Amino acid sequence: MALVEIRDVSKSFQRDAERIDVFSGLTMDVEKGTFTALMGPSGSGKSTLLNLVAGLDKPTSGRVKVNDAEVSSMSAGALANWRAENVGFVFQSFNLLPVLTAYQNVELPLLLTRLSKKERDERVKVALGVVGLDDRMSHYPRQLSGGQEQRVAIARAIVADPTLVMLDEPTGQLDAKSSHEVLALLGRLNKEFGKTILMVTHDAQAAQRATSVLHLDKGVFVEQVGAAR
Amino acid sequence: MRFFGLLRANLGRHKWRTALTIASVALALFLFASLRTVLTTLDKTSQFGSARRLITTNSTGFTFPMPIAYANRLTAVEGVKSVTWMNWFGGQYGDGKRFFANFAVDAPTYLAMYPEMFVPPDQKAAFLADKGGALIGARLVELFGWQVGQNVTLRGTIFPGDWTFTVRGIYTPTNDAISDDAMMFHWSYFDEQTGRSGQAGWYTIEIDRAENAADIATAIDAMFKNSPAPTKTGTEQAFNASFATMFGNISLLLNAIGTAVVFAILLVTANAMMMSTRERGKEYAVLKTIGFTDRRLFALVLAEAGGITLLGAFVGLGGATLLYKFSNFNAGGFLPGFRVAPETIALGTGIALLLMLASGIVPALRAARLSVVSALRSVE
Repeated sequence: MALVEIRDVSKSFQRDAERIDVFSGLTMDVEKGTFTALMGPSGSGKSTLLNLVAGLDKPTSGRVKVNDAEVSSMSAGALANWRAENVGFVFQSFNLLPVLTAYQNVELPLLLTRLSKKERDERVKVALGVVGLDDRMSHYPRQLSGGQEQRVAIARAIVADPTLVMLDEPTGQLDAKSSHEVLALLGRLNKEFGKTILMVTHDAQAAQRATSVLHLDKGVFVEQVGAAR
Repeated sequence: MRFFGLLRANLGRHKWRTALTIASVALALFLFASLRTVLTTLDKTSQFGSARRLITTNSTGFTFPMPIAYANRLTAVEGVKSVTWMNWFGGQYGDGKRFFANFAVDAPTYLAMYPEMFVPPDQKAAFLADKGGALIGARLVELFGWQVGQNVTLRGTIFPGDWTFTVRGIYTPTNDAISDDAMMFHWSYFDEQTGRSGQAGWYTIEIDRAENAADIATAIDAMFKNSPAPTKTGTEQAFNASFATMFGNISLLLNAIGTAVVFAILLVTANAMMMSTRERGKEYAVLKTIGFTDRRLFALVLAEAGGITLLGAFVGLGGATLLYKFSNFNAGGFLPGFRVAPETIALGTGIALLLMLASGIVPALRAARLSVVSALRSVE
């Protein structure tokens, strides 16, 4: 069953007088429960595709559906609410709020829910436990290593139990050891917790952890391995 | 309340910047409260006065005296219930640095006409019985440590020489508009010592009905029109108000200063908020990605501006209120009852809310309208 359905999506940008077509008539599905790696050279449109699926950007034409919700036609407000419930996002540069502790950063998505303080507390502790940082809850980002920061970011992405976890170059700023830890964690999230993961990466080793790999070049899928269609 | 932690963390991001911005707002609103309290106090003082009391002065000016013989003629005017009179003495105590008003009054009629000045009955009787006695305001006891029974010597400035009085009573005003640091002594003693044979500085006249004030004032002035000292009669309120207007258009001046100060602080606060939001484009993008709506982000940024301005208002307005209350400040007797009025606090809070809107609305709109993709692309 396809969790993400991308149908005939085109996306173009206007740079001064020049029109840049990122995709033209792109179609793809991401199956529920898969771990999909999206690879390709810089400028191939990987991050743009991720933004379209997360509802952070709108396609010029075509439809993007996630879990039966047509995100490409939602209003900004509806999209924000939808993201809060359905999407966990991890960035290359972690993007933790520096003024908040690891605990508070992870709690952020739960502030948008109706959960009580006690329920939020339980969920945050579970999420930090899953990423192995339950002993770093009161640390600020500056007090954590890059790998730890990224694990906090992953905890933040999964704490609200989203349908889809999306990662944009999650190991791009990590050393080999931290990359390995983060990728192992993503593997666990997929296998043990059944999370659907869509990850943009340049790193072939990282992509090996995925159950399917899509190669994108100049807005066109040139190769695919595994469950994605 | 669930976003309070985020709000507090953001305000604490640049502690010094936030503290200095709050201090700027606090100082501005402290000044605003102080300047406005000058106006409200002057206004209260000028509004003070019974509707049933008239003041008669020499038409040339209130520093020119009138014959004491006028008292009987004034008493005879239809509608007049009682008449009292007094003279400005202008004596100084000690090094003269601490000014306080001192008058020669016709004590029995004066005290009867001013029930707003409370004097314990035994002290009142002692004062009335002693021609060389004096009645002092409660603040003079605090200032100079004077006590009942103590001899006090004033140095005359208008009427030269050392003048010694015995403190016989301490009055406490029951109305804030009456100064509590004045000194009164017997006009008969003053008259005797100056040898001026019957000159009164001004008369205060109690009338039967307030609505007769204009007719009685006209009748009095007509009566003395062709005398050597023609008179000018008006209500006590108008007389008090004339002192306020002696300072010129002080209201306009103080309001202009207050507005300028508040506007300057608006620029400071707006600048701090703009800097803060400009630095945080990436964080706003992250919050939007997490699911914060434009509206929620708008409210968060505005609440941050509100946190700064309202905290500043709390410190500034609260500080002014407490300072003037506990220091018992009265500007050397010129501004009796100098207290920050509740309306001033309400107005100051309103200004703080306006400051919040004016300084926060542009950064809040900017945060709300931020494109997540552009903001992230610029840093990723």
